[in-house]
Amino acid sequence: MAASADNMGRQATAAPFAIELKGISKAFGPVQANKDINIAVPKGTIHGIIGENGAGKSTLMSILYGFYKADSGQILVGGQPTPIPDSQSAIRAGIGMVFQHFKLVQNFTVLENIVLGAEEGALLNTSLGKARQVLKDLAQEYGLNVDPDALIEDLSVGHQQRVEILKALYRQADILILDEPTGVLTPDEADHLFRILRGLKDQGKTIILITHKLREIMEATDNVSVMRRGTMVATVKTRDTSPEQLAELMVGRKVLLEVEKTPPAPGKVVLSVQDLRVRDEHGVERLKGVSLDIRAGEILGIAGVAGNGQSELLAALGGMTKASGTITLNGVPLPLSGPGSDGQSRREAGIAHVPEDRHHHGLILDFAAWENVAFGYHNDPKYQKSALFMDNDALRADTEKKMATYDVRPPIPTLEAKNFSGGNQQKIVVAREVEQNPDLLLIGQPTRGVDIGAIEFIHKQIVALRDAGKAILLVSVELDEIMSLSDRIAVMFDGQIMGMRDPASTDERELGMLMAGMTGTSDAKLKKEAY
Amino acid sequence: MDYATLLQVLDTTVRLATPLLLACLAGLYSERAGIFDIGLEGKMLSAAMSAGAVAALTGSAWAGLLAGIGASMLFAALHGLAAITFRGNQLISGVALNFLASGLTVLIAQAMFKQGGRTPPLSGDARFNPVTLPGAEALRDVPLIGPLYYEVISGHSVLVYIAFLIVPFTWWVLFRTRFGLRLRAVGENPAAVDTAGVSVIGLRFAAVAITGILCGVAGAYMATALQAGFGREMTAGRGYIALAALIFAKWRPVAAMWACLLFGFFQALALRPDVVQSVVQMKVPVPLLDALPYILTVLVLAGFVGKAIPPRAGGQPYVKER
Repeated sequence: MAASADNMGRQATAAPFAIELKGISKAFGPVQANKDINIAVPKGTIHGIIGENGAGKSTLMSILYGFYKADSGQILVGGQPTPIPDSQSAIRAGIGMVFQHFKLVQNFTVLENIVLGAEEGALLNTSLGKARQVLKDLAQEYGLNVDPDALIEDLSVGHQQRVEILKALYRQADILILDEPTGVLTPDEADHLFRILRGLKDQGKTIILITHKLREIMEATDNVSVMRRGTMVATVKTRDTSPEQLAELMVGRKVLLEVEKTPPAPGKVVLSVQDLRVRDEHGVERLKGVSLDIRAGEILGIAGVAGNGQSELLAALGGMTKASGTITLNGVPLPLSGPGSDGQSRREAGIAHVPEDRHHHGLILDFAAWENVAFGYHNDPKYQKSALFMDNDALRADTEKKMATYDVRPPIPTLEAKNFSGGNQQKIVVAREVEQNPDLLLIGQPTRGVDIGAIEFIHKQIVALRDAGKAILLVSVELDEIMSLSDRIAVMFDGQIMGMRDPASTDERELGMLMAGMTGTSDAKLKKEAY
Repeated sequence: MDYATLLQVLDTTVRLATPLLLACLAGLYSERAGIFDIGLEGKMLSAAMSAGAVAALTGSAWAGLLAGIGASMLFAALHGLAAITFRGNQLISGVALNFLASGLTVLIAQAMFKQGGRTPPLSGDARFNPVTLPGAEALRDVPLIGPLYYEVISGHSVLVYIAFLIVPFTWWVLFRTRFGLRLRAVGENPAAVDTAGVSVIGLRFAAVAITGILCGVAGAYMATALQAGFGREMTAGRGYIALAALIFAKWRPVAAMWACLLFGFFQALALRPDVVQSVVQMKVPVPLLDALPYILTVLVLAGFVGKAIPPRAGGQPYVKER
């Protein structure tokens, strides 16, 4: 990567830099989040920043947007040293940010959200009038169409993101930072986003794209910087690199990007679900009659955009919510409401559950690791000392063993769960559930917020469990993960299963159509042929 | 019930609804900005005591009003410090300030005037006296409208008119000005305001200060207009009723006015058991009538009025995170 500095140097004469960071360092207490970061982003390019969770990408961008103040270092915007003590200064310097979690007021209109903080005067009418006109121009220029009078809460996630981009453009941002922009989008919406970004680039805007998805970096960026443990390890031209090389730079060792697995050998039906329905607290039906079978020795993947009933499916099967319909495990019907429908009964029946939301349902963050390992299995005879007391020593020893097997770092059972990294927290949850040797494993978003190294490990565990003849229901919004792990793929949309596909004979395009609610298989096939 | 009696009840309704309305609008600013304020009661009480004391000492109702606003803003500042600066629990801060006001007002009044925790009775310019609106006398004999104008609309203290004028003004501020947009935004999603480069803390303190001013006016009205001096616990839960009215009105200013008038009407009925009995043709126990506004409060708070969705960031201290 030594060549990169030279590359950048040569470009400096041709195109000036939109942004240069020089020697940026930032520490939170004893944790050094950014160490002497140097980066130069040429004007009119799309620059990717990639790194594992906790590598310091977000901290760096927060410094650039005035959310944090760097301990040392210098920021140059357009060649001029520009201190950025707060967001207002960042906006004035022409920097716009699209956050991963949108900063929009849900019950305001698009127009109100756009003018908020950038009003023309004390009265609203003039601001709103001007914004309406500007919005019309921006829509024409970049293809960013949004109804200015729609309420944010009525918009799709993709449109909400457009509002965020429009907010930045309305403030005349020349440099646009996008933090993990595709996490909430369908593949189609993501494609559209990248088209918009390329349009912005053609108009001379500079775009910084933060992501952990290697594919997006390869697809959309001109240059890419890789961060690891707070340092910038390399900046390379995207066309000169490969996903494998980037992954290695991110993790610091060779990483297997493909999941290795043998063809499945499905056995008898373990779980049979018929006409499963779930209503939410407002009485709205979230799961609208789902039926499926999972066999021993197979992984059934559920694909879909977040919020289309996958969470409710997991919650109903895992005993976290009331449902109607029938489910049978190894031919034995299980209750869906009333006594025996709770999570503990499910675990006793042989259904283990790694919940989607690790922090709220998978762990109690303030409790020690060994206590977390007991949850759901605290009545297990092997953890009991007598009728009244638990055998905490046995539990701690057990935890220590699990931590060793799963390579949890640091391997300290008495450490509180919140002090582990996301990947290690997830390993604790997976260890707890998998080591109980369940007949069926429900696993939701197994690698959300988990670094590449741990992803590799968790994927291996899931495949190993399958090869041991267990049934696995995998829910993930990461289409790559679904495609590489599943033996069969069910696509959910609006609380229903749109279709069942074989990963060997489908592709992202077809799944993306199903995820968007379009069942027209013939259409998808036609399109495919047209290509 | 004849027309004259109805007008009397409505007249009382307006007088009794005024402190509720001021407190309710006070709470509206605070809660729209995401700061729950259960301490409206304490602020009114401290304002009532200060206004009563200063009016008694200076003989000027206006001086009393300023003192009331000052005392209420002091309490508001404490609440802001606890809830905004130190990100404390807003309910607990509010409850604590209510207790503080409850004890401190009586203590100070007793120390100053030695009249059993009361301030001396006020008269003349030490009180806000009724104002006769132009044309009230002339129109008095016009059928229906004349007496309505003369009895119900005219003849209140200036603070009543100020309170009712603040209603459209508040609507205009909230929905037609930059400040209002930002205020509503900070109660819904402070992160949106922060990333837009506007100070969340500044906005929330501004909202809490407005709450202090309005509660100050409400308290001063109690001691120097509705009654003639401060008495122990004279606000009698009006701060809580105002909160109920605020929820009833779903945090909207004009609806808040109607809600406060409804609560005021019940309070007015409690003062006229004879009227109630002649209307329902039955003997109604007076304590039951007294309890009516409070029963209505409980019903409102228990959610019998349909779903009221509070500002989404209400009650949550803002912690800056990326």
